[in-house]
Amino acid sequence: MAAALTLTGIGHAFLGRTILDGISLTVNPGEVVALAGPSGCGKSTLAHIAAGVLAPLRGHRDLPGGRCGMVFQDPRLLPWATAADNIALPLRLSGVPRRDRRSRVEAVARQVALLPEDLDRYPAELSGGMRQRTAIARALADGPPVILFDEPFTALDPALKRRMQDLVTDAAATARFAALFITHDLQEAARIAHRIVVMNPDGRGLTGECRPPGQPGQRDDGAVFAFVRAALSSSPLFAHLNDLDERRLP
Amino acid sequence: MTATPPALNALLRAAGLRLSRIGRSLWGGWAGLAGLALIAALWQAGHEHYGAFILPAPLETARTALRLLGTPASWQIIAETLLRAGAGFCGAVCLGVSAGIAAGYSPATLRLARPVLTVITGVPPIAWLVLAMLWLGPGDGTVLLTVLIAALPVIFVAAAEGIGTRDRGLDAMATAFGATALHRLWLLGLRHCLIPLFPALTLALGGAVKVAVMAELLSNAGGIGGALALSRAALDVPAALAWVVIAVASLITLEYAVLRPLQAETEVWRDAARPWGVRRAALPPAPSRP
Ligand SMILES: Nc1ncnc2c1ncn2[C@@H]1O[C@H](COP(=O)(O)OP(=O)(O)OP(=O)(O)O)[C@@H](O)[C@H]1O
Ligand SMILES: [Mg+2]
Repeated sequence: MAAALTLTGIGHAFLGRTILDGISLTVNPGEVVALAGPSGCGKSTLAHIAAGVLAPLRGHRDLPGGRCGMVFQDPRLLPWATAADNIALPLRLSGVPRRDRRSRVEAVARQVALLPEDLDRYPAELSGGMRQRTAIARALADGPPVILFDEPFTALDPALKRRMQDLVTDAAATARFAALFITHDLQEAARIAHRIVVMNPDGRGLTGECRPPGQPGQRDDGAVFAFVRAALSSSPLFAHLNDLDERRLP
Repeated sequence: MTATPPALNALLRAAGLRLSRIGRSLWGGWAGLAGLALIAALWQAGHEHYGAFILPAPLETARTALRLLGTPASWQIIAETLLRAGAGFCGAVCLGVSAGIAAGYSPATLRLARPVLTVITGVPPIAWLVLAMLWLGPGDGTVLLTVLIAALPVIFVAAAEGIGTRDRGLDAMATAFGATALHRLWLLGLRHCLIPLFPALTLALGGAVKVAVMAELLSNAGGIGGALALSRAALDVPAALAWVVIAVASLITLEYAVLRPLQAETEVWRDAARPWGVRRAALPPAPSRP
């Protein structure tokens, strides 16, 4: 089975400072891979490389499907466009005719529980959660084979966060897209991912990976909690997850 | 009563929204009218103090202006000036916006262009006028070129500023979704460009009409400027003032009839972002009839 996204030997540097080196990662079709790592280790940089926004200094990115969607940490909606037009952006970019866009937009909006009357509002008129749901709907809109999530839910309150996580899990199961889900919240990773990959704190390579038992969406809270506690207390894989890398506090 | 089909309904709604938007931008004119009334009051006071020969009364000026507007020849004069100002302004918009966008995307070009602009803005319009007269002789071309050069810098800087301060996060977002550079220019760049561009356009349009009148007066090229020169030669102060009033009135008309509605159209989303935004109560559902 061909991978949906392959990163081989990725290295990157900003202003001569190496941020990433020798990162190789594959995401299989339909698989949700969580990428965890301490703050500042270069996860966002890797996501931008995977999305094609940044050209890596070394290494190679392979996206056989050709296109991908992305959900950023902030919603990044066009302030001058209504929610519907924002969601339709990928459709517009891939040349779907205007008359076919609306039905598709309504379908994905329903999927993320946005009401039809919210679709005609501008981002400034939406709540934070609605904006993030709009951003998720936009990523789903043209059914990309791969979606990248860069800590999309960190700004949301716990209840909304859970709803969003379930939404991603459901959407991944129904639309069968592959996802690279960046997070430093192990609880979140354990809820939604098939596989958790951990990055080295210095961005040079991956520490390793593990598979939480069961399938995402079928793990109950107890199982998730037990997994996280065991992982944090005894697994060397997650030993540095909560380190404060560059922001070393006194 | 027949029920309207949903498509027609939506169309009516959109048309209604648009009309209300235009109405609102025209309504903004009332505040301006109050300001004009204040100027008229000061003018009247000046008239009473200095006498009718130095400063004719505003009402008399208005009467003269109306009388002037009654003759087709005056309309021709006004059209001449406005066409020149308009053509110079449009040329400045085309040149300024395209060059500004190019410079906005390339910071190196912008750094190169800034001193050039300082020089261009630093040279007084009158100097350009003299040069243009030497190059092109009196006539349309001279006025047009002077107007263009006067309006160009402010438009260029605004367009470059709009592109230069664009939200890079949105650019990255669009790239992630597979947008080409042309897509990004069309979907993001131009929209960012419009935000500082409209105030600059208002400024440039005012400058264009002013400079056109001045250039006409000095280069003897007809138009409102030419009419002003004639009234000056005849020491006809009411007519001179009336022409000034006509020039200002046509500028205001252009601004409120063309620029403001366009701006209102592109900035609907700002209304939504204002805390006092569109706060109309929801309409009650239409009662169903048996
Ligand atoms: N445009 C840039 N120019 C220079 N340095 C940068 C740039 N972007 C990121 N960096 C640096 O690269 C490193 C990794 O940044 P990145 O945003 O990828 O971290 P992260 O793992 O996503 O962190 P977090 O979990 O806090 O979001 C940081 O040390 C940051 O200072
Ligand atoms: Mg990050």
